[in-house]
Amino acid sequence: MNFIDTHLLSLILFVPALAAVIILFLPNGENKLFHWFTLGASLIPFVLSLVVWFRFDATQSGFQFEEAYVWYEAIGSSFHLGVDGLSLTMVLLTTLLTPLAILASFSISDRVKAYMMLFLFLETGMLGVFMALDLLIFFVFWEVGLVPMFFLINQWGSANRNYASMKFLIYTMGGSLGLLLAIQMLGVLFGHFDLVRLYEGWNSLDPTKTLLGLPVSTVKAIAFWAFTIAFAVKVPVWPFHTWLPDAHTEAPTAGSMILAGVLLKLGAYGFLRLILPLYPNEARIFAGALAVLATAAIVFGAFAAYAQTDFKRLVAYSSVNHMGFVVLGIAAAAFAAGTNDATIALNGAILQMFNHGLSAAGMFFLVGVIYERTHTRDLGKFGGLFPLVPVYGGILIFTSMASLGLPGLNGFISEFLVVRGAWPILPIYTAISMLGLLFTGAYILKGIKQVLHGPLNEHWARGEHKLTEINTREILVMVPLMALILWIGIWPAWILNVINNAVVKLF
Amino acid sequence: MNFPVLSVITFTPMVAAVLILLLPAQRKNEARAVALAAATFALILSLWTYFNYDQAAAGYQFVEKYNWLPVLGISLHFGVDGISMPLVLLTGVVMFTGVLISWGDDHPHVMAGIQDRPREFFAFLFILASGVLGVFVSLDLFMLFFFYEIAVFPMYLLIVIWGWIETREYAAMKLTLYLFIGSVVSLVGVLVMYWIQYQNTGLLSFDMLQMEQAGFSQTFQNIWFLPVFFGFAVLGGIWPFHNWSPDGHVAAPTAVSMFHAGVLMKLGAFAALRVGIMLLPQGAQTWSWLIMAFAAIAVVYGAYIAFVQMDFKYMVGFSSVSHMGLVMLGFSTLNQQGLLGSGVQMFSHGVMTALFFAVVGMIYDRAHTRQIPELGGINKIMPFATIGFIIGGLVSMGMPGFSGFVAEFPIFMGVWGRQWLVAVIASISIVITAAYIMRNIRQVFFGELPEKFEGHLTDVTVLDKVAIAVLCFFMVVIGLFPRFMVPMVQTGVENILRLLGGQ
Repeated sequence: MNFIDTHLLSLILFVPALAAVIILFLPNGENKLFHWFTLGASLIPFVLSLVVWFRFDATQSGFQFEEAYVWYEAIGSSFHLGVDGLSLTMVLLTTLLTPLAILASFSISDRVKAYMMLFLFLETGMLGVFMALDLLIFFVFWEVGLVPMFFLINQWGSANRNYASMKFLIYTMGGSLGLLLAIQMLGVLFGHFDLVRLYEGWNSLDPTKTLLGLPVSTVKAIAFWAFTIAFAVKVPVWPFHTWLPDAHTEAPTAGSMILAGVLLKLGAYGFLRLILPLYPNEARIFAGALAVLATAAIVFGAFAAYAQTDFKRLVAYSSVNHMGFVVLGIAAAAFAAGTNDATIALNGAILQMFNHGLSAAGMFFLVGVIYERTHTRDLGKFGGLFPLVPVYGGILIFTSMASLGLPGLNGFISEFLVVRGAWPILPIYTAISMLGLLFTGAYILKGIKQVLHGPLNEHWARGEHKLTEINTREILVMVPLMALILWIGIWPAWILNVINNAVVKLF
Repeated sequence: MNFPVLSVITFTPMVAAVLILLLPAQRKNEARAVALAAATFALILSLWTYFNYDQAAAGYQFVEKYNWLPVLGISLHFGVDGISMPLVLLTGVVMFTGVLISWGDDHPHVMAGIQDRPREFFAFLFILASGVLGVFVSLDLFMLFFFYEIAVFPMYLLIVIWGWIETREYAAMKLTLYLFIGSVVSLVGVLVMYWIQYQNTGLLSFDMLQMEQAGFSQTFQNIWFLPVFFGFAVLGGIWPFHNWSPDGHVAAPTAVSMFHAGVLMKLGAFAALRVGIMLLPQGAQTWSWLIMAFAAIAVVYGAYIAFVQMDFKYMVGFSSVSHMGLVMLGFSTLNQQGLLGSGVQMFSHGVMTALFFAVVGMIYDRAHTRQIPELGGINKIMPFATIGFIIGGLVSMGMPGFSGFVAEFPIFMGVWGRQWLVAVIASISIVITAAYIMRNIRQVFFGELPEKFEGHLTDVTVLDKVAIAVLCFFMVVIGLFPRFMVPMVQTGVENILRLLGGQ
């Protein structure tokens, strides 16, 4: 037990990768075995992260469960892991969504072995980003997650997958190039990559000195933008978002769940973990620009979602819209760091990350459920399906309402916090964003209307095309998501406690 | 006296070559078996040496010294340090896997591997291997040259006899001329160094450890660094003298391409480092900006040219130019991170490009085309080779978790320390590399399988799979656990930094 106690984070991180290696040696063609083995393997990190969650001391500042090992001594990088309230929330989200996504993938029958292996490697990559306390390790895992996702889209995606996966790859790699260069520069300047020490050293640099032949302030501004662009592509912030609708739409259902549920959070996490603490001055100076982009994402995301005729694309654009609120919260916090309003906005942004993870994963899964039965995502081809599939319809409406921000469900809490925090700081942008919120309601209701209500499309009512009800396995995927959506909506204190503590300590 | 492990490693291939030639020509499998046994023996010995190298003691180890021509101060002086040790291991690995993939397959549709005169093929290949190993372990400048030429000349025969029929004569001649001209230029420089040393110290010696102390003047170093460094760097594929290398890679038979790109190019880089930078350190400091400029061009230009290739093997060939540019870029920084990265990159690229050429060869032997647009769907037939190529591709892209990242990251850090603009420019190559590798994986391995290949293609043999697995093993292990190689290279780098004057 002692080993488990002292290595909780490494275990959470590497159990999926280890399981992926074991899968390699399992006999071929045993699809059922792969399904259940992978599900079991992905539940281990979930249980362990629950242990971490309950043992986490929210009253204590700084990182907990820290572990550090020698990794690449020659350039000053060590394998340093640790969590605070912010990363713990994200770790929990990841370990929760992965088993659900794997359960959702039980319908995959093509090359199951490779699929499950990629999925587990993906989980390790994402968790590593959230746990890393060393910039180089952060970058390592940042890139590690990219490759499995590329292959998941490229191999198991739908018709336009080649284009979408390549676009995803080029955008993300292009974005992370600047990140790589900036990390290298920091490494050269400090001789180490340890985040905890960087927080102090970087900010105490004398701004009148020169670095690499340039004034410190210029170097910082360049590095700030290099970081910002990398994370902005991943969030994605308008106008770097165009890879997202393609990638989300073409990815297999479980891939979209993880993409929207966790991968987008990597970008927002980067803002919170690296940009705000490392570049408080630059962040304040450029907060206005960030707020403009966030507002644009909210408004254009909502408009674009409303214009879609493809159900999955509609949900994809809704991610742009919702992640815009996260960025708005971050921008507000950057602008007025330290004030009470900033704290509220940041709390909202982090909770919104968690909430969007739940509702977007649920929405993509529900789109996948109906797509598997009808083989179309065209909104115009549905219509009046509610009487045929009442349970599915109920679940879809419930999840859509969470996405819409109905009071009593989780989306309302986080969006309210963001808006409440941002309002005194950035009133104009917040006001414009509210316009976007209006359209959020519009496109979600449009989606529900075109799928579930209106005249019944007789095509699905009988014969070989008769639409079947959502099955038990699929309900099982949705139950934990819906429970959390409701729970956070009614009583958010349990999670906000942890988040708020991190926010107060960090900024 | 200790067991003379370095001589044994170096001369094992040579002895094996003689043994192979003694066999009757029609006993193909026996020739292969002898080759495999010798390669395995050399690999095991080099692994043993690698793990017995004392990192705490650093410096040259397993030293052997025998007089050869004392009148002129020439001795057979062998020894390895942290830079050359990984390269000896690399040669062992590439030799072993090269023999495996040349074994071949007697399937009626397939002419995989070397079916034509394998006896002579392995004999020449092993003479080449002996030459390569000799260069890596020599501490005597004359011996270094001696082995250098031994390594270059069998290449001509190997390409011209067993090469790709369309370009082999052209490519072999081009390669030989380039390399000989380069080595002659270096030789002139080396002889001048030998002479000046005699004038300065009254010592007639080719021993490099003594030459380090020869006290060459600043002017002398400034003048003679260029011919010595660039003469060797031609073999390292430095831009603008890289032209021979893609032609040579493409024309050569698979195992030779593996050797060529995997080991021989390291030979050039290694000799340029050992003779050019370590013996003429002040010259290196004077001219480092020029090397940096050339290397940065090679990195980006090589990647771009690789991107536009339609021929699979040419693409891999130009990617070598780009990656060897990174090695030179690391050299040009003359600082700790840069040199460290170069040391690791030499090993990493050697293993990676050997894997690339092995897979390309496996595909070509079966599909009889290397045109990327004509290929497709290979993963349905050769899943194992596909995984191997993907891992190699990720190494090539510098993806974290693989050896390429461990090597490239410090190189870029080193460049940041010298000139940040070059780091930014060179980093463009990362995106280009990612684009062509991914495009290639998608088209060749996952595209539609062309109809003409249905039922004609066969999977790779078991020996091929072993070779792929061995190569991948090294890339992944070093990527995940840099400590298996980095501290060792570090000891070699510290020695170089000492010569550079504690910079």
